[in-house]
Amino acid sequence: MGALAVADAVVRARSYPHGVISYVGPDGYPVTVAAPHAETAEGEVVLGPLPPGMLPPNGVEVGVIFSHIRPQPGIGYDERRYVNVWGPARRSSNLLRVTPTRASGWDEAETPFFEYAERNVGRGRDYLDKAGAKPHLSAFWTVFLATRLPFLTATIVPVGLGGAVAAHDGRFAWGWWLLCLLAGVAAHLAINVINDVADADSGSDGANVTPTPFSGGSRVIQYGLVSRRTMAATATGLYAVAGAIGILLAVTRSLSLLWVGALALVLGYGYTARPFRFVHRGLGEPVVALGFGPIMAAGTYLAVTREFSWEAVYISLPVGLLTAMILYVNQIPDRIADAATGKRTLVVRWPADRVVRGYAIVCAVAFGLVLAGSVLGITPSASLLGLGGAWWAVQTHRPLRARFDAPYALIPVMQSNVVAHLVTGLLLIAGYLLAAAL
Amino acid sequence: MILSQRPGVAARREAWTVEHIELPSEVAALLDAALVAELTVIAADGRPISYPLIPFWDGGRVLFTSAVLFSRKLEHIAANPKVSVSLSDPLAMPGLPFHRAVIEGDAAVLVHEDPHTSWERLLPLWRAKEPAIDMFVKRRFGIPLFFERHTIEVEPKRILLWRDGDTSRAPEVSVPRVLAVS
Repeated sequence: MGALAVADAVVRARSYPHGVISYVGPDGYPVTVAAPHAETAEGEVVLGPLPPGMLPPNGVEVGVIFSHIRPQPGIGYDERRYVNVWGPARRSSNLLRVTPTRASGWDEAETPFFEYAERNVGRGRDYLDKAGAKPHLSAFWTVFLATRLPFLTATIVPVGLGGAVAAHDGRFAWGWWLLCLLAGVAAHLAINVINDVADADSGSDGANVTPTPFSGGSRVIQYGLVSRRTMAATATGLYAVAGAIGILLAVTRSLSLLWVGALALVLGYGYTARPFRFVHRGLGEPVVALGFGPIMAAGTYLAVTREFSWEAVYISLPVGLLTAMILYVNQIPDRIADAATGKRTLVVRWPADRVVRGYAIVCAVAFGLVLAGSVLGITPSASLLGLGGAWWAVQTHRPLRARFDAPYALIPVMQSNVVAHLVTGLLLIAGYLLAAAL
Repeated sequence: MILSQRPGVAARREAWTVEHIELPSEVAALLDAALVAELTVIAADGRPISYPLIPFWDGGRVLFTSAVLFSRKLEHIAANPKVSVSLSDPLAMPGLPFHRAVIEGDAAVLVHEDPHTSWERLLPLWRAKEPAIDMFVKRRFGIPLFFERHTIEVEPKRILLWRDGDTSRAPEVSVPRVLAVS
């Protein structure tokens, strides 16, 4: 229930066929009765006719609710909206005249239910605190949410690509590759978790009232499902796992991996956390492109083969750019909260048209690199398969401008964008494996 | 602690005793069918506040469930249990002869119950009116605080019925009859 201007509420009330009047009766119970109504030019709400026994004494404060739903057989109902007005009432024959002095209401067509719920998270947590209860989910869903497991595709793809390039060179080794995957997964989950801690500290996730499955963070801290301390400890533990595997790989495979790991740590931790806060400075996209492209793919190649590969760097660039575009598009619904809390991402800094144009340019560069790599003989011809992901990039770009200001309408767009990255990456891997097999 | 409950509620629940209450058949039918009712509570400043909610009728109490996200009504009830339930919207009671009714009663918030799971016992009644709720329950991880809920029980004390929905006439007033305690 949100506050409404009285004049606005009276205008809105006109669209409802009846109102329900309530006032406190002499026995202390609310006296309640429905009645048809009309609004006067002076802003009065006139209800009735009513029998004398249902009319309150003059001057009594009454509330009137106007409520609407539309039944949907087999589903329930939709079109939820209501308006509440309060004010002193006076009797006029068999009518009741109410002069509203305050009002509130909700219309799900204006404030979608999920946003309405999100705006009340603070109230919900306060209530649970007073009731001595804590919100909870199953361990599986808590871990699933807190670590944002589905986004691991952003790690699986470049690590897989690094391994595929190694396989193409006839130097793939399952054991080392699996260790790379494990380190990459631990590092990625640590980044996700520490990102939530940093966004909770900066207030950007808390200020976000339109989170989606792709944006707005995991929200486990905001919902009280996991404490900030537990999240910080989890991130530390995951970093420790990634670091330990990284050191093992460096000692056994190539000491150069120490530099790769150190760079990955600085970029990953510093993405949102102090002191670097790259994303706050509009540098989030290049950091992500580097970390989830060349660092993971070329790092995997180095660990598996003990040699550096420019080809692995090259072919990971499109994948890194498309990962950066996942973050870029996912920041669009977050941009109001981000701007309010000083998280000045590129989509905060740029006007909508430039953001959409930027997406098209980066995707064109990404798929241009795939094409050029094959044409110039840098990568095998079969890597052209990667162009298949462009279809999903087009599907992402096409509605982006029209839905720019509609966070929930962006959900399928963000989904398509994730698929663009995943399909491109998997097809590139398939291309390399095919070339290796031929 | 601002929350409290009506004396005896916990004891009645623990003993698994349920009062069966007879309402006018028209009113029971409205409660069974209504997709929305207006629950009016009294705020600390004496102002009546109405909330549209799905009502359930278990033969003894009018039941509602409120997410903690929208908990103000729960706090109002804890401070003043006198409430009314209005069944007024013919659109929200499809397929029934048009009547209107108000149930005045004493409400209790079942604060001793686990807000995470206790409301699930209302799911059969809820599902009958809003089948889509199953889809939301399956995805409760996406909106976890919406599924932290407390149940509101309203013990009917006085019934007002307007046949044909005509509230320009005086209502038929009755007092619900306790049939049995099982």
